[in-house]
Amino acid sequence: MFWNKEMETLRGKDLEELQLKRLKWTISQAEKVPFFKNKLRAEGLSADSIHTPDDVRKLPFTYKTDLREGYPFGFFAVPRRDIVRIHTTSGTTGKPTVVGYTRNDLAAWADLIARNLTMVGLTPEDTFQNAVNYGLFTGGLGFHYGAELMGMMVIPSATGNTKRQIEMINDFGVTSIHCTPGYALHITEVVEQMGTSLPTLRIGVFGAEAWSETMRQELESRLSINAYDSYGMSEMFGPGVAFECPEQNGLHIWEDCFLSEIIDPKTGETLGPGEKGELVITSLSKEAMPLLRYRTGDITMILEDDCPCGRGRRIARIMGRSDDMLVIRGINVFPSQIEHVLLGIPEVGDQYMVYVDRKNHLDEMTIDVEMNRQAFSGELDGLVGLQTMISRKLHDALSLRTTVRLVEPGSLPRFEGKAKRVVDRRGDL
Amino acid sequence: MHSWDPRIEEMPKAELEKVQYRLLKTLVYRLYSFSDFYHARMKEAKVHPDDIKTLADIRLLPFMYKSDLRDNYPDKLFCAPQNDLVRYHVSSGTTGKPTVVGYTQKDLDLWTTSLARALTSCGIGKGDVIQVSYGYGLFTGGLGLHYGAERIGATVLPTSVGNTERQIELMQDLKATAIACTPSYLIHIGEAAERMGVSIQKDTQLRSAIIGAEPWSETMRTRIYETMGVRAYDIYGTSEISGPMFSECSEQKGIHIWGDIAIPEIIDPETGEPLPPGEHGELVMTVLQKEALPMIRYRIGDLTQILDEPCPCGRTHPRIQRISGRVDDMLIIRGINVFPSAVEHAILSIPELSGHFMIEVDRKGSLDDMLVRVEMAPEALSDKINDLINIKRKVEHTLKNALNVAVQVDLSEPGSLPRFEGKAKRVIDRRVF
Amino acid sequence: MQGEYIIKQISIFSENKPGRLAAIAEALEKSNVNIYAFSIAEANSFGVVRALVDKPDDARSVLEKLGFAVQFTDVIAVRMKDQPGGLHEVAQILGDAGINIEYAYAYSGREAAVLILRVSQAGEAISKIQAAGGSLLRESDLG
Ligand SMILES: [Zn+2]
Ligand SMILES: [Zn+2]
Repeated sequence: MFWNKEMETLRGKDLEELQLKRLKWTISQAEKVPFFKNKLRAEGLSADSIHTPDDVRKLPFTYKTDLREGYPFGFFAVPRRDIVRIHTTSGTTGKPTVVGYTRNDLAAWADLIARNLTMVGLTPEDTFQNAVNYGLFTGGLGFHYGAELMGMMVIPSATGNTKRQIEMINDFGVTSIHCTPGYALHITEVVEQMGTSLPTLRIGVFGAEAWSETMRQELESRLSINAYDSYGMSEMFGPGVAFECPEQNGLHIWEDCFLSEIIDPKTGETLGPGEKGELVITSLSKEAMPLLRYRTGDITMILEDDCPCGRGRRIARIMGRSDDMLVIRGINVFPSQIEHVLLGIPEVGDQYMVYVDRKNHLDEMTIDVEMNRQAFSGELDGLVGLQTMISRKLHDALSLRTTVRLVEPGSLPRFEGKAKRVVDRRGDL
Repeated sequence: MHSWDPRIEEMPKAELEKVQYRLLKTLVYRLYSFSDFYHARMKEAKVHPDDIKTLADIRLLPFMYKSDLRDNYPDKLFCAPQNDLVRYHVSSGTTGKPTVVGYTQKDLDLWTTSLARALTSCGIGKGDVIQVSYGYGLFTGGLGLHYGAERIGATVLPTSVGNTERQIELMQDLKATAIACTPSYLIHIGEAAERMGVSIQKDTQLRSAIIGAEPWSETMRTRIYETMGVRAYDIYGTSEISGPMFSECSEQKGIHIWGDIAIPEIIDPETGEPLPPGEHGELVMTVLQKEALPMIRYRIGDLTQILDEPCPCGRTHPRIQRISGRVDDMLIIRGINVFPSAVEHAILSIPELSGHFMIEVDRKGSLDDMLVRVEMAPEALSDKINDLINIKRKVEHTLKNALNVAVQVDLSEPGSLPRFEGKAKRVIDRRVF
Repeated sequence: MQGEYIIKQISIFSENKPGRLAAIAEALEKSNVNIYAFSIAEANSFGVVRALVDKPDDARSVLEKLGFAVQFTDVIAVRMKDQPGGLHEVAQILGDAGINIEYAYAYSGREAAVLILRVSQAGEAISKIQAAGGSLLRESDLG
């Protein structure tokens, strides 16, 4: 089943022509952004320097940290009146990354989601429970608009209240769910604890955090569903950039909208199909916020052979990160954000450790913070209050609930040279 | 003055009433023929669609109650084929099961249109940046205002609820000109901004606020204007009628109920008798074009009155006065409807508790604070503070899941809470609006 | 003079894990500090060890040298009859005066049972107890 067969199956010369045209357009669109304009000018580059889609390699990379410099509107290529939506995503320190959309951007994004959901076998007759965060997080509204565009019944259940989520699946005859894979396993366990089952559910789309084949087998057998991997990032609209087809063998990255490359994260050199490296994406249709050779930080590879489904290029499922970003319950966390928060709290010292564990299939982040000797009042209430305050500030900055433990002054490891403050104990999924 | 749809909004009153009569007649025929529920209700009330000969004959039709929604959970009242449903919203019910509202594409369109008219009537449009600080997801406030703001071409900043400091930073940095939230949250934002050293008036572009989902007053409007330089407009609606739908216009004198979308009536809550314009009573709503979950004379339970004289803004549609209270014991806590019966239902499900409880509602700073005092069952007592903390957390968690709003919980000693003979008075509401 | 009845309690921040109390006790032993009374208040992963000792300043400095966060907290100590009703008497006086007991612990001394109290208003508590004929301890009376 295809939602947009022409674009989904565009191959060979036709695809190259379209990509070339759109890449040139994207460069001229990017030139409306002073950051890109200066960079391109400094290297003597313009749309005219591009003769094939592969010439994208001539362009300079764009990094997450560049987006921070542009906060808040520095990367918008259209007048603010034409921006109809703003989302934000985690930045590397105190300020978030801002992403803007024109009406056409929203339509293009919804079209991609509709392609993905149609590809895995969903139709307007299906009922779709969207169990991810709404609001500034792109996962909620992104899937919501795509599912609605298809004419599916959408239940914006958002996160939390797992029993209620399960009741809704059964009471409303839900056939498909979108959530993080960790939350899907949690739902599975609660379903089993409640002694019930989810007979109407047949398709799960899971994303925003990395998951494995083992986990797919768990979910598919325990819930009797087909489970599909979803990939994307707010900088490239949100979820929907790449998605598994029913072959469940790699994710189709939509080549009419995104030009993808795999590079060696150390040298920046382009790697060939089958070689593992960092995914770099150039947007081809984004109006409000075009991005040139954006370093996603995700490690994957381009798969060599053709997919029997007839669609184009596939990337392997995400294998890791090239930087220290953590994904906790679907939310991206940079350790630098945690440091930024703790440094702003005088009651604690500047030493901390971050532990990441998986309890009942859900990621848990625990942060040990050293008490500052001067800030100890002698009262238990004061300590509990401090602990709550730190949790709240971290929650505000990371949009994530964490466990904060106050530890005795001087008890945490000191580092010479590069500090290793993050201990990820989640192991394989 | 500028209207989203001048042809409808400024239509002469007589013509509007003709439109309403035609829509009502269609609705009644449709439901009599296709809805088992309404067919039975009308039979019971001995009224046939042919008996509706004028707009005023609406009073012949039977009422619909919140309990009808509960009794027909989840979708027995739906009148559209399952395939035509495109959205569900869910709000808290009076006991364990929530109230479910389904929408067809046309229902969503009408809801959005209603809000596009409302937002335009408050002077908001393309070029504005609207921060939507209502909850998203199953709550209708977030997605409702989101779609409305998107329809008029404004920039939507979907901040949802919580994280006030970040909200204020984004308001400043992204130059929000309007905000949609509850009145108490707006005042809370003002106070938090002050603590951060940010003046909403001087340091932000915020000029208007669309506030609702909980009671507020003229005093609050004045305070918001004086301390923040923000013009506040009242918005009204409940999830049963789709969500927030109607608002004040720039005159700030009553809420325009779009006549082609709904017919408001005011009745005596005791006798059910219609009351004339200008008299205070219970609001009853008939939503004229709703497909998935039609509503004829739905007893919303809010107290208000109809303002009959023409509005200086030129819109001809009737207005209602700001909501002054409730006919039942429903509480509104930070914009969320809470029925004491739902609290009881949740507490009875926790074996560590005795089942006795008290609800105390206060306004701390600007935000509602609901405290539920519960009694430990004697056999659940423990000498470990951590055990007690964990029971308290469990109660908080259970109540939050049941009510969709966070409440404070206090553990009381067994036997210490009041026992009631006859009707229990378990709610102490000390708020002043 | 009410001030003489205010006693310096030493409060030590400690993680809730094996060996921490031993570390504190060992430090006090090595510096020859005698503990009259003590209690532990726990909350999640940490707690506060509260103690009355004969040499509070010495205790504080040795613990701080070991890296502990230490504070002094004002408490009062009341003699109770070491028989049924002893505690009731004291608690009644404070209850009637509307003074909240934030926490309390007790020890049986050589002459009498002693109740250590952290109260909301120490001065007020002292005068009420004295007015009711109760007997309070000075720091030098401990032990
Ligand atoms: Zn395929
Ligand atoms: Zn008006």
